[in-house]
Amino acid sequence: MDNNVKMQAKNVDFFYGKNQALNNVSLDIYANKVTAMIGPSGCGKSTFIRLFNRMNELVPHTILHGKIFLDDLEINSPLVDAVDIRRRVGMVFQKPNPFPKSIFENISYGLKVNGIKDKAFIEQKVEDSLKKAVIWDEVKCRLNDSALKLSGGQQQRLCIARCLAVETEVILFDEPCASLDPISTAKIEELILELKKDYSIVIVTHNMQQAARVSDYTGFFLLGELVEFGKTQDIFTSPKEKRTEDYITGRYG
Amino acid sequence: MKKEFSQNIGFFGLFFCMVITLLALGSIIYFIAARGFGVLSWDFLTKVPYSAMTKGGIAPVITGTFYITLGAIIFALPLGLACAIYLCEYSPKSIVVNIIRISINNLAGVPSVVFGLFGLAVFVKFLGFGVSILSGSLTLGILALPIIISSAQEALLAVPHSIREASLSLGATKWGTIKNVVLPSALPGILTGVILSIGRVAGETAPILFTAAAFYTRGYPKSVFSEVMVLPYHIYALMTEGAHPDEQRAIAYGCSLVLLLLVLFISGVAIFLRQRKRGLYG
Repeated sequence: MDNNVKMQAKNVDFFYGKNQALNNVSLDIYANKVTAMIGPSGCGKSTFIRLFNRMNELVPHTILHGKIFLDDLEINSPLVDAVDIRRRVGMVFQKPNPFPKSIFENISYGLKVNGIKDKAFIEQKVEDSLKKAVIWDEVKCRLNDSALKLSGGQQQRLCIARCLAVETEVILFDEPCASLDPISTAKIEELILELKKDYSIVIVTHNMQQAARVSDYTGFFLLGELVEFGKTQDIFTSPKEKRTEDYITGRYG
Repeated sequence: MKKEFSQNIGFFGLFFCMVITLLALGSIIYFIAARGFGVLSWDFLTKVPYSAMTKGGIAPVITGTFYITLGAIIFALPLGLACAIYLCEYSPKSIVVNIIRISINNLAGVPSVVFGLFGLAVFVKFLGFGVSILSGSLTLGILALPIIISSAQEALLAVPHSIREASLSLGATKWGTIKNVVLPSALPGILTGVILSIGRVAGETAPILFTAAAFYTRGYPKSVFSEVMVLPYHIYALMTEGAHPDEQRAIAYGCSLVLLLLVLFISGVAIFLRQRKRGLYG
């Protein structure tokens, strides 16, 4: 595998029962780049990124064909534990979903479930993660307050910090700004650009400006098919496919 | 104008129903308190009865009720909770599981005297525990099981899917997620079930009639294999037997008041715990 490729999907078909949600999708996620998935609702882009951390396994009656790799590891091989994959491939969800616990416990949670008990280490890690997610200054005086008291944007950055604490390598963002105001959205976008120095990032978004602003690569999905994939600049300025052009210029979607 | 009128009638109807409910509750408390308050004293709560139970206190009866209720919850809570966790989180969705669910709900509708006979046959005779705290607690525990299971199930189902996903996405195992995220979130609901079952268990008479209760014991119970005096049965005994009906009736009202206060106290503690938990993270 190319050294710059962090994750790779090869000929992926995916079914919810008898409904085919993805049709022969192959795509590379490059290391230290932001890859955006765009497309109209129900096109399979969320389904697709949930394959990268095996979250679709939680849905009953699903079938997956094809292979997905993390570095050289085939993540769906029977020898691989989903728990290990999810620790290496973190996820930030559409709606901020902090635990009904304190801010501190939200961040330390991932460390604790992974068996880390060293208190000093945990405290340091919590601080580092909150700093990386640029929320430390807002919460440092109230780490023991409930995370539910934070605003939506703060909660979403907390969820990002929670991901960072477990030393994830890839972060999957599933429409992270869908429920946020423009200022919070700007903060998250800024953060994504900062994080790509250390992480490989995949983001699903409905917002094409957002894809254009933050991503290096863009994939356009339509009806379970990856219509076009390439450098974001190319996709937005000179798409090869008519359907991509129609979507980007707002003719449907 | 007409709409507003019919709306007001509706509101009044609802208000009226609420008042009737409150009146019923209020009058129960009033009558019990008015008749029972006279015998209430420190000695009544802390002394053992004597002179054919017309003198002294009811301390052993209170401790008996306390032990037997506690025993029932100690038995029913872990079992019921484990059962609810299995049904909600692990069991495959199948006809068999549905039948189990329906059976549990039906268990709640079984008359309590039937539980009493069951306890007599199984715990007292077959397992040889005799008429004892242990047999009574187990019998009452089975009575409390469906209440605890169904309220725990509801509480578990109410935990949002999104925070389960969050936990799993951080590399937590399924059990880790249940233990660390799902159960703490469901705790207030589970406690509600415990409160309900405490109220039910402490006041039940029929299930302990043949399994635990004694008309009179000398002093306090010595072990889990002792017979005990318990409040509901003590009230029944005072009202139906003995040679001094007038004095006994007063004591019976006193016992009723104590039972009422005991249940309120236990529920109060549980509600306090629940509110504190909610206050922290709600």
